[in-house]
Amino acid sequence: MEVELSEILDVISQHAPFNEMEDNALLQGMVHDIEIQYVRNGTGVIVPNVTNEHLYFIRSGAVEVLSKEDKLLRRMEEGELFGYASLLRGGKVTQEIRAIEDSLLYLIPGSWFKRLYDENDTFSDFFEIIREIRLRAAIDSQTSQTSDVSLMTCPVTSLLRRPPISIELNDSIRMAALKMAEFKVSSLLITQADELVGIVTDRDLRTRCIAAGLSYEESIENIMTAHPITLDSGDFASEAVIKMMGQNVHHLPVTKNGKAIGVISAGDIVQKESHGSVYLISDIFKQQNLASLISISKKIQHTFTQLVHADANTVMIGNAISRIGTAFVERILQLAEQELGAPPIPYCFIALGSQAREEQTISTDQDNALILSDAYNAEIHGTYFKRLADYVCHGLDKCGYPLCTGDIMASNNQWRQPLKQWQEYFSQWIQEPKAESLLRMSIFFDIRSIYGDEKLARELNKHIRYLAKSHRGFLSHMARNANQRNPPLGFFRQFVLDGSGKQARTFNLKERGIAPIIDIVRVHALACGSQKLNTMERLDDIENAGLLPNGRAKDLAAALEMIGMVRIRHQTNQIEAGIEPNNHVDPESLSSFERRHLRDAFHIVSRQQEFIKYRYAGERS
Amino acid sequence: MIFNKKPAPSLLDWKQSFQTLEKNAPQGPLKRFYEQGAVAYDTPLRDTSMVSLDLETTGLNPEKDAIVSAGLVPLNHQRIQCRGSKYWMFTPDSPLSHKSVTIHEMTHEDLNGAPSLEDCFEEVLAALAKKVVIVHCVHIEREFLLKASLKLYGQPLYFPILDTMEIENRILKQRSWIEKLKQGRISIRLDACRQRYNLPRYKAHHALTDAYSSAELLQAQMAHHLDEDQPISNYWL
Repeated sequence: MEVELSEILDVISQHAPFNEMEDNALLQGMVHDIEIQYVRNGTGVIVPNVTNEHLYFIRSGAVEVLSKEDKLLRRMEEGELFGYASLLRGGKVTQEIRAIEDSLLYLIPGSWFKRLYDENDTFSDFFEIIREIRLRAAIDSQTSQTSDVSLMTCPVTSLLRRPPISIELNDSIRMAALKMAEFKVSSLLITQADELVGIVTDRDLRTRCIAAGLSYEESIENIMTAHPITLDSGDFASEAVIKMMGQNVHHLPVTKNGKAIGVISAGDIVQKESHGSVYLISDIFKQQNLASLISISKKIQHTFTQLVHADANTVMIGNAISRIGTAFVERILQLAEQELGAPPIPYCFIALGSQAREEQTISTDQDNALILSDAYNAEIHGTYFKRLADYVCHGLDKCGYPLCTGDIMASNNQWRQPLKQWQEYFSQWIQEPKAESLLRMSIFFDIRSIYGDEKLARELNKHIRYLAKSHRGFLSHMARNANQRNPPLGFFRQFVLDGSGKQARTFNLKERGIAPIIDIVRVHALACGSQKLNTMERLDDIENAGLLPNGRAKDLAAALEMIGMVRIRHQTNQIEAGIEPNNHVDPESLSSFERRHLRDAFHIVSRQQEFIKYRYAGERS
Repeated sequence: MIFNKKPAPSLLDWKQSFQTLEKNAPQGPLKRFYEQGAVAYDTPLRDTSMVSLDLETTGLNPEKDAIVSAGLVPLNHQRIQCRGSKYWMFTPDSPLSHKSVTIHEMTHEDLNGAPSLEDCFEEVLAALAKKVVIVHCVHIEREFLLKASLKLYGQPLYFPILDTMEIENRILKQRSWIEKLKQGRISIRLDACRQRYNLPRYKAHHALTDAYSSAELLQAQMAHHLDEDQPISNYWL
C-alpha cells in the first residue's frame, strides 16, 4: 500500500510548474521517489565536474548560482527549482550552485525530470530552459492575457463598420459631396481602376474647395490627399493610433492586398478607447497661448494611464508620450516665433535622450539643444535665439517637463551653437574621448530634429555616424560607460538597494535596468553606423549587422520590454494613488511573476554588459 | 565537533544485547526481529542505516494509554528516502480521550475499520529491523513499544535509538558559558529545535509528518554538529 505523502505533495503543488500540472497521479508517483537533503550554508550542492542526477526543489533556505569565474549569477529561494540546466545536458555541470542559507532540499530523480519533460507539456514549457526564451514567452502571455477590447489586441478590421465608400478619380467634387451626404460619411476614398489613389474628408471639402472658392464641377483630384497613409488589414488598432498621432490625420484607409477594404476614423478608435490620446495632440496645436497649453498639459498623465490600461506595450507608450512631448515643443516654438518674430536665420530645435529615441515616459525632464545655421553671428542673432531658447525651456518646464538638472538645454549657451561648432564638439568627443566627459554626454548621441530646419540635425547626425564607427577608442570608452550602472541582480533576496530615507528599500528601475540597456544598444548602434534612434529599432539594425550572437538582440529587446513594463505599471499605480510618479520600485511590491522575470531580464543586461566590455575592448592608455 | 568523549550508556553493544534478547524471545515476529541483528557499535555514523519513527498515542502513560498511529521514514547520514515511508492507524483498545482527540484530530470514526496494533506489529518490526531508530524524545517510542511487545509476546522489545532531543541537549550543553548566558534557556521541543536549523514549520502531531520532522532535524544536527566518522555508539541510546 502506497503511503500518502500529502505534506510534500501539498508544498510541491503550490509552486510552478507543478501548480499548473493537472496530472495529480503523476505527481503522487514522483513524490514517492523524492529524497530529502539538508545542506549547511556555504555547501556546494551542484558542483562542476560532478554529474548532477537530480532536480532540486528548495523547501526552505536559499541557494546561489555562480559562474565559472565565481561570479554571482542569481539567487533562488523557497519554492524554486534548480539543477535542470545540467539535467538537460545529460548531467554535465558548468555552474556551481551553493547554499547561502541552511537549506532543506527535495531531490527529484533525473529520471522523473526526463519523464515529466517528455510527457507533460506544462512541465516542459516551464523548463524551456534558456532563460531568455522563458522571458519572451512571459511577455507574450502577459499581452495575451489582456482583454480583447484593447488597442494592442484589437485588429483594425474589427473596427471597420462598412465596405469603403468611394468614387472615381475623374468624378466631380459635387458628386463626391453628394455621395458623402448619401452615406453619411466624413471621408471618401478615390479610386482609379479599383486602385486606391486618394482620400477626401469633410475638412478637405471645407478648406480646399469652399474656402478656396473652387468650382464644384472640378475633378475631385484637385482637393484630395493623394497617396494617403494606409493601414494593412493585419494591423492592430494601436498602429492606427500611432499613424494618426504621428501624421495628425483622422482617417486611414485599410487595405488588403493593395485594395481598400474600408476606412478607420479617429472616431472609431475613440469609441473603442476613450483615452483620446489622438486628440491631445491636436488639442495642443489648438492652444493660442502658453497659459492654455500649461492647463492642457495636465492631461498627459491621464493619457499615459489610459494607454497603460489599454495594454499598450512600452514601444507604443514611449512613442505616444514622446509625440505628445514633441507637439508641446512645436507649439511653444510657434508661439515663441509669434512673439519674437520670424527667426533671422534657419535653426533646428533638437531633442536629446529619451525624447529623441521616442522612449519618453511620464516624469522625464527636458533634454534639448539648438543647432543654428552656420550663418550665425552672435552679435546680430545672439539675443534672438537666447530669448527663443529661454521661452521654450521655461515654457516646457511649466508644462510638466522640468528643467534639466545637468543643464543640457537649448537655454545653455554651450548647447545653442551653429552647426560647425556642434561638429567640432563631436569631433573632439569622438577623436579624443575622455571617460568622465563622455559619461554625462551619452544622450548627445541620440539626436532628433523636432522643429525647424531638419537638414541641420541630419548633417550633424551624419557627422557623428561617420566618425564614431571608425574610432575604436571612442567605442571602448562608451562601452566602459555603459558598464557604470549595474542591474540589481541580487535584489529579491539581499536587496541591493539605492537611495536613502523614503527610498531606502527601493531600487531605481531606470538607472539600474533601462539605462544600461539603452547604453549597451547605443554602443552597438554607433559601431554599425545605424541611423536609428529608437532602441528597439537600433536592435533590429544591430541584429542585421551581425554584431551580436544569434538571438541576443531579441533578448535585449525582451529585457527592455519587461523592465520598461514594470516601470510603467509602477508609475501608473503611483499616479492613480495620487503620488508623483518616479522610478523607485520596492521589490516587495512586485508579484512573483514580475520578480522572476525581472531577475531574468537583469541577468541578460548583466551578461550583455560583460559582452560589450570585451567586444569593444580598447587599447590600454 | 562534539561528542568525542565517549559516554557510557548501559547498552553500548546492541549487537550483543540482541543475541541475548533473541534467546528469550518466543518463536515468531519478535524472534525474527532479533535474529536479523543490530548495527555494530563501531559502525561509523556515515554507514549507519536509520529509520525515523513517530508514534501518536492517546496519552503519555504507557500503562494506560494506547498507540493510535505510527509513521516512519528511512534515511542515511545524507538523505531521507520517501520511498520507504510507512504509516499505520490502529484501533485502540483503550478509549480515545478528549484530549488526544483534540491533539491528533483523530476520532473513532477515523479509526473505524483500522486494524489493531497486533495485526500490524509484525510490519512495524520488519521496518525497524537492522536499523538505528530516530525519535525525538526516547521515552514515548521506547516505552510504548516495549509495553506492546510485552503484551503481545510476553517478552520485551528493545532497539538502538538516536534521540534528536537528547542530541540537541548535548549540543546545547557544549555551548560556552557566555553563549549560555546570552541565549538563556532554550527549548528543545521538536518545533523549536527545527526553527534553529532553518527548517520549515509543520503542523505537528501527525505520526508520519513528525517522523519526517525528526529525520530532518537529525540531518541538520549531523550537518552542523556531529562527526560522521564517529562510531554510532557515541550517539545512540
